[in-house]
Parts: sequence; structure tokens; C-alpha cells
Amino acid sequence: MWLLNSSIGKKLIMSISGVFLILFLTFHLCMNIAAVFSESAYNMICAFLGSNWYAVAGTLVLAAGFVIHIVYAIILTLENRKARGNDRYAVNVRPKNVEWSSQNMLVLGFIVLGFLVLHFAQFWYKMMFAELMGHHEVELGGQMVGTTEGATFIKYYFSQIWIVIAYLAWYVALWFHLTHGFWSALQTIGWNNTVWFNRWKVVSDVFATVICLGFAFVTIAFYLKSLCGGACC
Amino acid sequence: MTKIDSKIPQGPLAEKWTNYKAHQKLVNPANKRRLDVIVVGTGLAGASAAASLAEMGFNVLNFCIQDSPRRAHSIAAQGGINAAKNYQNDGDSVYRLFYDTIKGGDYRAREANVYRLAEVSNSIIDQCVAQGVPFAREYGGLLDNRSFGGAQVSRTFYARGQTGQQLLLGAYSALSRQIGLGKVKMYTRHEMLDVVVVDGRARGIIARNLITGKIERFSAHAVVVGTGGYANTFFLSTNAMASNGSAAWQCYKKGAYFSNPCMCQIHPTCIPVHGEFQSKLTLMSESLRNDGRIWVPKKKEDAEAIRAGKLKPTQIKEEDRDYYLERRYPAFGNLVPRDVASRAAKERCDAGFGVGNTGLAVYLDFADAINRLGKNVVEQRYGNLFQMYEKIVNDNPYETPMMIFPALHYTMGGLWVDYELMTSVPGLFAIGEANFSDHGANRLGASALMQGLADGYFVLPYTIQNYLADQIQVPRFSTDLPEFKEAEKHINDRINRLMGIKGKRSVDSIHKELGHIMWDFVGMGRDEAGLKSAIEKLRALKKEFWSNVRIPGAAGDLNVELEKALRLADFIELGELIAHDALDREESCGGHFRIEHQTEEGEALRHDDKFAYVSCWQYQGEDKDPVMLKEQLDYEFIVRQQRNYKN
Amino acid sequence: MDKNINITLKVWRQKGPREKGAFETYKLTDVSQGSSFLEMLDILNEQLINDGKEPVVFDHDCREGICGMCSLYINGHPHGPDTSVTTCQLHMRRFNDGDTITIEPWRSAGFPVIRDLMVDRTAYDKIIQAGGFVSVNTGGIPDANAIPIPKKDADLAMDAAACIGCGACAAACKNGSAMLFVSAKVSQLALLPQGKVEAARRAKAMVAKMDELGFGNCTNTRACEMECPKDISVSNIARLNREFIWAKLKD
Repeated sequence: MWLLNSSIGKKLIMSISGVFLILFLTFHLCMNIAAVFSESAYNMICAFLGSNWYAVAGTLVLAAGFVIHIVYAIILTLENRKARGNDRYAVNVRPKNVEWSSQNMLVLGFIVLGFLVLHFAQFWYKMMFAELMGHHEVELGGQMVGTTEGATFIKYYFSQIWIVIAYLAWYVALWFHLTHGFWSALQTIGWNNTVWFNRWKVVSDVFATVICLGFAFVTIAFYLKSLCGGACC
Repeated sequence: MTKIDSKIPQGPLAEKWTNYKAHQKLVNPANKRRLDVIVVGTGLAGASAAASLAEMGFNVLNFCIQDSPRRAHSIAAQGGINAAKNYQNDGDSVYRLFYDTIKGGDYRAREANVYRLAEVSNSIIDQCVAQGVPFAREYGGLLDNRSFGGAQVSRTFYARGQTGQQLLLGAYSALSRQIGLGKVKMYTRHEMLDVVVVDGRARGIIARNLITGKIERFSAHAVVVGTGGYANTFFLSTNAMASNGSAAWQCYKKGAYFSNPCMCQIHPTCIPVHGEFQSKLTLMSESLRNDGRIWVPKKKEDAEAIRAGKLKPTQIKEEDRDYYLERRYPAFGNLVPRDVASRAAKERCDAGFGVGNTGLAVYLDFADAINRLGKNVVEQRYGNLFQMYEKIVNDNPYETPMMIFPALHYTMGGLWVDYELMTSVPGLFAIGEANFSDHGANRLGASALMQGLADGYFVLPYTIQNYLADQIQVPRFSTDLPEFKEAEKHINDRINRLMGIKGKRSVDSIHKELGHIMWDFVGMGRDEAGLKSAIEKLRALKKEFWSNVRIPGAAGDLNVELEKALRLADFIELGELIAHDALDREESCGGHFRIEHQTEEGEALRHDDKFAYVSCWQYQGEDKDPVMLKEQLDYEFIVRQQRNYKN
Repeated sequence: MDKNINITLKVWRQKGPREKGAFETYKLTDVSQGSSFLEMLDILNEQLINDGKEPVVFDHDCREGICGMCSLYINGHPHGPDTSVTTCQLHMRRFNDGDTITIEPWRSAGFPVIRDLMVDRTAYDKIIQAGGFVSVNTGGIPDANAIPIPKKDADLAMDAAACIGCGACAAACKNGSAMLFVSAKVSQLALLPQGKVEAARRAKAMVAKMDELGFGNCTNTRACEMECPKDISVSNIARLNREFIWAKLKD
């Protein structure tokens, strides 16, 4: 099967799964933005998704996307290290116009993944997973909270400064990963030429910036809200 | 005296090749599979011949000294390739291309060969386009042409400044296809050191594996040599560092005649020498002369001030500049043939008008072209050449004129071949620059690519069958035959002798000395006394080499110094033959200029009554003077004239 | 203005493909900045030979930037720190008095070291042999002007065809990928009507051979393009991807 055996096939898997994850991120951002403006709306979305079969199925597909993306990242990196040969260069210089992120996608990916684990432990484990286990309330900061009350979770975590900082750091790593990833995916699929080369570069940078600023906006907004105890807005 | 038979077919000029093909012997497909052909070299001629022979069904063994067949020095040709397509509707025809080539060669080439060359030139363009060679095109999608020295029509096809590269890669791709199909067995990093002759016929070669140092034997029904020219005899030339004359020289030593060795082309537009450490010279394409104007200062004191660095060329007023080519040759101006342009530059420098810190340079100025066409157009046409010049010289040619000087570039001489491209040793063929055939005493620009591909694609694959047709009963040869053993032993002895010298001088230092002798005494202007002293000096240098060269490392191993030493040993002997030939030819023609034989205006003076022949030198043994036979050039179809580029 | 400089060279010396290599340090004095990098190495070798040592082995031939024979990874760059030139076109005026210059061979599993700075690049030939050609025999072809080709396509094909097969792309790539080389040939022929006929077969065959020979997977870092002495664009890689994926989908 060429998709699994050929180098371009494997790269195609990386890019398609990457694009899929980018789409999910976009969806996730839309949800979060909703929370800033209306907590009840956000909770409605959480309740709507809940542990319904379509949400679970969606989650499984998403998880598969992640796993494929990560597994292939590791396979490709190992193959590439082997292709580099046994002796390494003594002097390494990053050529002009080669982005740092493009040469460090695996490292960035692992940073993103590390935060993802934290994010899962804080939200998904206590929300969808708890519900799947049959609980409808979980303990959060000494209080029992309903598993679909997403806004409460957000408010709780993003009132703590170290969590806010950690999430902001995550977005930075994500930004680097996305700026190269988005463009690279299009290049691998073959949607590129001399004319679109710089256009896609710009689209990719703008897109990554919008996504990451969006998430950062949500995070900071909730932190600021927590400072004024919700009185200021 | 041995009669030289060039096997030119009978009949009218335009029908000779057609008649030949109609009546030659062919080999049927089943028999082709049983015949092996060795092709040495993978340049335009070698690669195209190997690919074409394999396509026909022969088994081909192909050799090159580089790491890949794509590196052959044909790749460095810049300007273009001629063909008589007449796409520009400017009155070109097969006959005109033939005539220009004969005239450009100062009437020292064979009529029949040159006519055939002009005839097949059109097929070459077709073939290359079919292979995917990206020639320059017009907006309408059809092929573009440019003009070149020595012609009044635009018949040169080109691919930017990299025509040689694109044509070679085309031939290389055809060759690669046959290697992939198993019809060609490719031996890279193998250097031919001898040709093996069994019962008077060439039956194989001895080659050195350059990685392991092992001497290996290869047998075949015929051997084709396409190993290029010997310009590196002069050490500094535009040839690649590894280009050498050794394969041809071994053929000569095994009985093949060596023809017209003194016909060496000196290209007028090269970047001047800048120091003793210099390893090679870089050519600036002849196409630059389409728009560039060549000049030196009119006043000696200006030239002296420039040499001393006190004056810049841009400070010389228009009326103080001597555009000497336009002055001497109003009709062709800066587009005179290479030999004429080179000699004119030397004449000015010898007279004390040269520029650059050595005084051995003239200006090639684009100021007029930039004013007339705009910098953009000039950049489009020559941008890559200007960039190349700037990288080497560190001077911006858009602002200050380029400095150029003639340098060794191509050798018209080579192994003597008949109409079938077979040398005087049956079964041994020579193609491309390695043979002497089509350019006479001087080659026109954009004709080398044409000849290499003509030989390889369209001539040799036919003519070799005429030879192979009666070889179909001959079984494959064993490389254990005594002739192979002896040839190998001879090589091993030679290598051991070289390794045993353990002298004091590096190969390159002796090669540089050879270069100086050649350039000073056998260079652009030759005379009897100089040539005689050159022969003495070369003999002394040969002794010095064989007693004082130092080659580190081992024989049976990768050893670059040994490779160079083996080539240099042959270059020294070749240099002597060049001098002998130059001494014999008491006339001036094309690339050979004898100071004693010039017109009152300093133009080359031919003596058709005495020297209308091809010199065919025959090897007589180590340290013995070679013997010369003559192939008379009887012109049936055109009348020899004094070459005139003035009006 | 060019002057003479003193430099220190750290040169990789390795006897054979399976032997361990190491850096050796050499000092050169009074090197003219007007000399080329390879002429500087000639001077070094002359010095080594005169000292009774073995000269440094490196590949080179045309010395005018077109044959693709020269290599060398100089101070962290294939073909050295200058842009759009090969090593043989690099001049010593790019370096200053007192500089230490580190010279390494191409390092890639696809290009095993033969000796010192000389590597084996036959892998690139094998990729071409797998499909980098138009399957026409000599003779029996239509007139060169029978098929008009838009100037734009011919120019793009020429851009791709300018590749000299030196291997700098794979040497520069952290993944040891040969995609730029392969894509240049695939692009050249896919852009021209003559090559289009077997474009699908060619893309598949060449990629399969490239993978088989152990080159890495492209991750679009663009290091190849930046270090390419002939400025081959990675947009060719996009075209190769397109050609390849399309060819596979059509199967």
C-alpha cells in the first residue's frame, strides 16, 4: 500500500491528520470564544456534546487522528535519523530563511503533547470521561461540580496564575508548530507553486496567529474576570 | 609508403551519406545481442553512442573517470549548438552550414565529413527536443535561435548559458535508461590505460579502477574512444581538471594515427590568469561578443597607467579607445571567428596595449549595450555570466568593463579516423573531440556540441555496423589471452616505475612547467626556433618527470596523484608531438599560426599548394621521432579562398 | 581589494567507508584571497606532498560550477558560505585573516564516504536510471517545432533542469532527503509535452527508488533550496508530491 510504504505516502498521512487536527482546533476555539461572551451558551454546548454517542465517536476519531499523527511523527523521525548516517556534522548552521520551527517539529510536537496531557487531566478526564464512567458530578477545588458545567471548569482553572502562564506557553509552542505545520501540509499535498508559495506562507502565519491569539484571549479574559470577581463584566 | 584510405563514398556531395547508408552492411537483431562494444567516455559523443548502440541491441560496456556519467566536460559548454533548420528564415541551409564550417576551419577539413555533419545537424535538434531538453523558446512556443561567431545567420539553438549541460543531460538520460534496462554496463571511476589489440584488431581495454587501484581487463568486439581533447597539455585551459589525452595517446601508441595535433583552439573570451596558484581558466561564452565591444587604450601611456592601477578604464575617453576588431574587420566586427579574435588580442598585448595588472588582458565592454538595450535586457541575456565573472574577479561588469584574454579551449586535432569514424586500427573507433575529423584547423562556436552528438547519435551507430557485420561469427573473447596479460603487465610495470621514483617534485609542479613551455613556444604564435627549443625542453622535462616525480600513497589503492602522474606522462609526450606537427606545418591556418607565415596585415597565410593535407603521425617507439603520413585533402566541390572577415 | 591571509583548516580525514574518521588541523600562510577555495586546497596538497604526507582527497572536475563533481561541507554549509555557487566557485575573499575553516564531507547514509572528503553519489544515478528520462530511441522522431511549448513552461522546465546533481540538497537536509533532486527531474519532464506521456510512471518509479536507497523523508524545512548552488525551488517538491499522489490515486 503506497500510503504506508512510500515516503510521500507517509508524509501525506502526516499532513492529512495534521489538517484534521487543525480543523478540530478551529472548532475548539469557536467553542471557547462562546464561553467568554456567554457562559450558559458554553455550558449548553458542553451538555449537547456530553457523552452522547456522536460526541464519543467524534472523540475516538479525534484520538485516532492524534495517535496517527504522533506515531507517524516518530516513525518518520527515526527513519530520517537513519538516513542522516552515522557521523554527524561538526558544524551546524541553520541556513538563511530556514525557520527554526521547521527543523524542530518533533520537539514542538512533544511540548504540545505534554500540555495536552495536563489539559486532558484538567478538563476531559473530569468531564466527558467522568460522565462515561457514570458520574454526573466531580470534585473541583473542594466543590462538587456538574460534568457539563464547562464554564465553571474554565473559571476555576484560569483564575490560577501558574495555570494561565502554562497555557500561554503552550500556545506559543502551538503557534510555532502550526506556522510550519499548516504550510508544510499544503506543500506535501502538492497544493503549492511559485505563485502560491508566499501566499500560503502568509495564510499559514495569519491562521496560526489567529488560533493562538484566540485561545490566549479566552485564557486571559477568564483570568481577568477572576481578578475582579466577575464584577467588571 | 602507406596509402591513407579515408573510405569516402563516391557520388555527389549531397548524396554520399544517403548512398553510404543505403549500401552499408547491417547486423540483424539476433546477432546484435551477441556483439559487445566498449565505449570509453560519457560526454556528448560517448553517452549518445552508448545509448544509441544499446537501443539497437548491442551489449555496451561504458566507462568514465568521474563518479557519474553526467559529469563529462561536455557539460560545461555554454553557448549553443548549430543546426541548419533555417527556422529564422534567414537563408540558412545544409549547404551554408557546411560551407561556413569548412571556411571557418580554414579549408583543412574533409568535405564529405563536414557535409554529413551539416546534414544530420537537424536530426540532433529533433532528437534533443524529444528527450525533453528545454531549449529556449519564443512566446509562440517555437524554438529560439541566436547568432554566433563566423556565421551571418542565426542558427544556434541554446538553453540559457547551459546548452552543453542540457544536451549532455539529455544524452545521459538516454544512457541511464539503457543502464536501467541492463543493455549498458556502466563503469564509473574507471580510467582506460591501454587498448588491447588481438590479431590486428582492437578487442578490449585495460582500465584502472580508481577507487581500488585494481587493474582490470575488458574485452569486446569493438572499442569506441570518446575521451575528449588534450588541451590540458597546456596545464591552464578551460578544460576540466581531469580532462586528459591519455586514452587517445594509448591508441596512438598501439598504431592509430594521430592527426593535426598542432590544431589547438585558443578561445578569445576567458577570464585572464591572475596568479601562479591558478588551477584552470574560466571561459566566458562567445555569445558575449554579440553585444560586448572589445577594446584596449589607443595610447600606450594610458595602458601603462591602467596596469599600474593609476587609471580606471571608465576614465578613458571614447576617442582614446581602440576597438581593434571593429577597426580591422568591419564586416564581422566583434563576431570574427575565435582564432582571429584571439590573435588580435595577443597582437595588441604584445604591442604593449594590454590591460590588467599583468598586461595580458583586453576589455570587453557592455556600456554601449546597456545604453542601447537597458540593463534589464543585458541582464536577461548574460546575467548568469556576469554573476560568474563577478564571483571570480570581484568586479562588477555592469559598471567596469570585463577583462578577458585568450586561453586554450579545444583541440581540433585527434585520432585520425576515416569516413566511418574508424581509426587506422581496425575495430577501434574515435568520436567527438577525440577524433580529428570535422573542424579542420579551427572550430566555429556551437559546432563542438553538434559534432559530438552527430557522431554519437547518427553516424557511429550506423558505420560501426559495417565493421561488426563480419564479426558476428566471432565468439566473445577471453580476457586471459596473452595480449591482455601483456597489456596488463605493461601497465603494472609503468605504474611500479612511477611509484618507485620517489623524487622531490609534485605532479602539478611539473605539469605547470609543461604548461609554460607549451604556452610560450607552442602557443598562439609559433616559429621554427621556438618550436625546436620546445622539443628540446620537453625532452628534458620528460627526463625530469621520470626521475624526480614524487607520488605518495600506494599503487593498489585510491591514489589521485598517481592518476595525475599517468596522465602527465602522456601529456609531455603529446606536447612533443604537437610541436613536431607545428614545426612540419610551415603555414598559418586556423588555430595554428606560424609567425613566419602571415600576410602584410598580420593575417594567417595558408599555403594550399603544400599543406592541403591532414598530417597522420605514426608512433615509432619510445623516444623515437614519429613518422608522418599525409592524407591529401582534395576539394571537389568548393574552391579554397583566403578567409576574409573584413568585408 | 584582495590580500593574502593566514588560515587554519580543520579537515575530515577518513581512510575508507568502514573506517573511523577524524579531523586533522593544518595551517596555511599567505593564501591569496583571489584564489578559489579549491586552489587553496591544491596549495594544501602541494604542501602535504612536499612534507611526504598523503594529500587530502576531494572530488572536483570542471571548476566552473556546472559538472556537479565538487562537494565539501564548509563551515556548516554545503558548498560553503557564499550563495548560489558551488565549492569550486567559492573564493577565499569570503574568509578573513586568522579564520578557522572546517571542511567535512557530505554526511548522509545515501552518500557513503569513499575517502576523506570524497563520497559515493551513485545513488543519484540509480534514481535517474529508474525513470528520469523520456523513453525515445534515437531517430524516428517528429520535427523539433512540431509541438509548440509555451515559453513559461519551457522556462520553468529549464529552471528545474539546471540541477547539477551535486548532492548538496541531501547533504543539507537534516533528514537526508533527496526530494529536491528527484523533484527537479520529475518537474522538468512533467512540464514538457514530451515528458508528460509517462509522467505518472516516472514519478512512481523514481520515488520508489529514492525510498529504496535509504534517503530520508522530506519535512519541508527548505534547507535544500537555501543551500542549492543552482537555486532549484522547493515548489518542484510540491509538483512531485502532486504528480506522485495523483499517479497513485489513478491506479
